[in-house]
Amino acid sequence: MVYENPDGVKIGLEIHVQLNKLNTKMFCGCSSKYHDSAPNTHTCPICLGLPGALPVLNKKTVEAAIKVGLALEGEIAEETQFHRKNYFYPDLPKGFQVTQYDYPIVSKGKVVIEGEDGEHTVGIWRAHMEEDPGKLVHIGSIEKSKGVLIDYNRSGMPLIETVTAPDMRTPKEGRRFLDKFRNILEYLDVFDGNLEGAMRVDANVSVYGGTRVEVKNISSHKGVEKALLYEIMRQKNVIRRGGKITQETRHFDEARGVTIGMRTKEEAEDYRYFREPDLMPMKVSDWIPRIKETFPELPDAKRSRFIEQYGITDMHAKSLTSKIMLADFYEGVCKEGTDPKQAATWTADVLLGEFNYRDLVISSYDGSTIGCINDKDHSITNSVRVADMVKLISLFADGKISDRAAVEVVRSILDGEEEKTPLQIIEEKGLFKAEDDLVTKAVSEAIAENEAAVQDYLGGAEKSLNFLVGQVMKKTKGTADAKTAREMLVKELKG
Amino acid sequence: MITKEDVEHIGWLARIEISEQETVEYMEKLNSVLDYFGQLDELPTEDVAPTYHVAEIFNVFREDVVEESLPQEDVLANTEHKQDGAFKSPKIV
Repeated sequence: MVYENPDGVKIGLEIHVQLNKLNTKMFCGCSSKYHDSAPNTHTCPICLGLPGALPVLNKKTVEAAIKVGLALEGEIAEETQFHRKNYFYPDLPKGFQVTQYDYPIVSKGKVVIEGEDGEHTVGIWRAHMEEDPGKLVHIGSIEKSKGVLIDYNRSGMPLIETVTAPDMRTPKEGRRFLDKFRNILEYLDVFDGNLEGAMRVDANVSVYGGTRVEVKNISSHKGVEKALLYEIMRQKNVIRRGGKITQETRHFDEARGVTIGMRTKEEAEDYRYFREPDLMPMKVSDWIPRIKETFPELPDAKRSRFIEQYGITDMHAKSLTSKIMLADFYEGVCKEGTDPKQAATWTADVLLGEFNYRDLVISSYDGSTIGCINDKDHSITNSVRVADMVKLISLFADGKISDRAAVEVVRSILDGEEEKTPLQIIEEKGLFKAEDDLVTKAVSEAIAENEAAVQDYLGGAEKSLNFLVGQVMKKTKGTADAKTAREMLVKELKG
Repeated sequence: MITKEDVEHIGWLARIEISEQETVEYMEKLNSVLDYFGQLDELPTEDVAPTYHVAEIFNVFREDVVEESLPQEDVLANTEHKQDGAFKSPKIV
């Protein structure tokens, strides 16, 4: 089935990604680890734009840009260089931003996403390097601002801006593109998406009968779907009422989920791009073979390999490779001799489900432990050890604990105050599978103590049997197998 | 040719206030500079690639090694407009 796109929606994205895994900023030796620091403590004459300061390019910025270009299947320029983009805004201390203009390092790439009607290719027009501006905090709301406070800690952080073709047709495709792009960046190890401001998105959106509108300030990859839904609805409503869409820039207010038209400038934008005379041009295409040598396996390739190597389902492979840290954790569990299919179920279905339930997002994997942070409050952390997962699955596979008990162990690992091994938890909570005579005893007791329910069941009320099964489970603290308990009750009552 | 409107536009882009009299003066001066550079057009440059740097230098990089940043008080030493460790600017947008 082909997606018809009845409203002629076209979405293109501009994605700014901070290369926050680098040690230093783009043109100076200031540390990139500024996220929890006081304002203006990670700055120097270069990133403050003091007169006479000269920038020198961080080599790793270029390597990261080439990596991203290769992952996007793009062309890497033979020769590339920087320009100055001139404008007055207090987030730029120099009065210009160092960026790339007509010779970007990457051009003509593509990303294949899961579209509305199967595989869908999103073209990449270009990806280029540029410096991040400082951070502005408006005193009051952006609409009724009384002034701004400026922190230049972020100023000069290396960014890669990627511009897609307007190939996405629904907000969902926009989100899927971003999810995939973010995942690729994490595989390349150039970017930590959990840090504040790591990924910022502008969207260009149009519908039939309208014109292109730019939506700025989409700060999360989850916000993009909300912003696009709102903006498409707004444009359709304007056209339906006989109005005209004006080409403009709108600001996304994430808290209210709406886009707001910004006051249009009297003058058309005029950035007077010219070559940055303080930075030398680059010829770096000969780095490609060296970078390719250490190129990581990317998500799609890993997904195919997991299916082939471990014999797991595509659903499991897709889920496990949706985060590099999760994929590595899974392989860590398999390497310890755990059955890969069991490991996939317990990792992709149970563990990931419990993470999601607690708003935990995966943030690290060090070869023995997977770490998470709470999506809403980054100070809340959690972790699970490979060794514990291996032990838990083996106890379940050997029939020592029920699947219900195993899930409870996972929950205890995540919610427990102290760090405990699965065996400790199982012993403390008495979760070992009950011996048969224990279940037999619980069945007789349940029947003896609940005469009314027994009579109801014998009188044809099937529901009463569920109640009796519940009593058996309660008496055995959940260690009995529910199916066995039910069979034993039926046998006992109906002969 | 640079017109009066061009001078006004350039003044706006640079956020410089230019009086009526200055506008005329700058227009004349800028045109004479342009005329001077116009002499270059007399040279045959069809087969010459554009030159942006006098030095034929490529690939100047630094290693990704942390250096010390400035103390916050030094950073803010040259401004009166500060609050809570940040620079303070008038309302924008």
